[in-house]
Amino acid sequence: MLLFSILVFIASVAAGFLGSLTGLGGGVVITPVLALLFHVDLRYAMGASLVSVIATSSGAASAYVREGYSNVRIGLFLEIATTMGALGGAHLAAILPTFVLSIILGLVLLYSAYSSMRPPPEHLESEAPDPLANRLRLNGTFPENGRLQHYVVQRVKSGFAVMVSAGLMSGLLGIGSGALKVIAMDKVMRIPFKVSTTTSNFMIGVTAAASAGVYLSRGYILPSIAMPVMLGVLLGSLFGARKLGGARIKVLRLLFAVVVGALAIEMIYGGATGRL
Amino acid sequence: MTEDHAKDERIDRAIGIILRTGVMLAALLVAAGGIYYLAGHESTQPSFAHFQGAPASLTHIRGIAKGAASLDPLFIIQLGLIVLMATPVVRVIACVVGFTWEKDWTYVVVSLIVLAALLVSLIGHSG
Repeated sequence: MLLFSILVFIASVAAGFLGSLTGLGGGVVITPVLALLFHVDLRYAMGASLVSVIATSSGAASAYVREGYSNVRIGLFLEIATTMGALGGAHLAAILPTFVLSIILGLVLLYSAYSSMRPPPEHLESEAPDPLANRLRLNGTFPENGRLQHYVVQRVKSGFAVMVSAGLMSGLLGIGSGALKVIAMDKVMRIPFKVSTTTSNFMIGVTAAASAGVYLSRGYILPSIAMPVMLGVLLGSLFGARKLGGARIKVLRLLFAVVVGALAIEMIYGGATGRL
Repeated sequence: MTEDHAKDERIDRAIGIILRTGVMLAALLVAAGGIYYLAGHESTQPSFAHFQGAPASLTHIRGIAKGAASLDPLFIIQLGLIVLMATPVVRVIACVVGFTWEKDWTYVVVSLIVLAALLVSLIGHSG
């Protein structure tokens, strides 16, 4: 048990470190690592991952808040969508057989590997905001080059819809769904990338907490596994939040994408052959 | 910067402190329970390959509080995890308070809806 806990802890530190460095979060990586490498049942792995997702989100949020990037109004408003989606997803997770869950997780991992390879896009064209964004006062400012840059929010309804599915995935798989949340804000609602990623990080904890009660009552959260995972991912993500040299980040991103891609294929294969 | 956003920023700052404190408290409880647990189970062979579900008393808040009060290490870990799950809830409550202070009723309602969803999950299922 001691050796098992130490090994899980080390793997979790690595997952948390790479997850926060690439902005994907540690949850999406630690679930397949537990299931494939440590032969932990997928549901226990999802429970441990969900807990670590809350820890990294709440642990990192204070740092982002200080920098003035995240937008509380956008976050709260979209949390209506993600928490509803998460409640639905957590209930769905109990109904679906685990091989289906592992295939879905594999597909999410494949997308994550792909998206971590791309550099963050920047678009600051000034368009007219969605009237709904005006009414909800979602438009805001963020610091750039020492001054405040104004931004407006587009297509609020579509963004809200994508957020429901982000919540659904979070509840279904015990992950933070950071990649999907960023798509909703950055691609659909045209919120600046930095604001999107930090607000997404802020939202992840609330979304995950919505599934947590359901997971806990179903017995998915086993303290003996959750303990090394939660502590490891939290520690790793705190290290990863510190800035590293640009070249090293590129190498790490590539490494991360390769590892995540390999895990994705293993999860899909394991699910399809009924091994998981 | 509008007055609106200056107030928003103060809410943000308070939220940051709440979150950090909650996570630190949770990590301490989990680490203490973990060390205590491992000291007694060094050589137990772990087997998590088959899903049985956590024991019933570890799946609801009352059972966890009771076990933690009798200093059972697994229950101390689980109590830490409950504290962790509560941090986002406290965050949303802080938003309700903050937006009430700003007299921004739209966002008071928005925060209350999110809070209701969280409470349905945490207390509705495991209370």
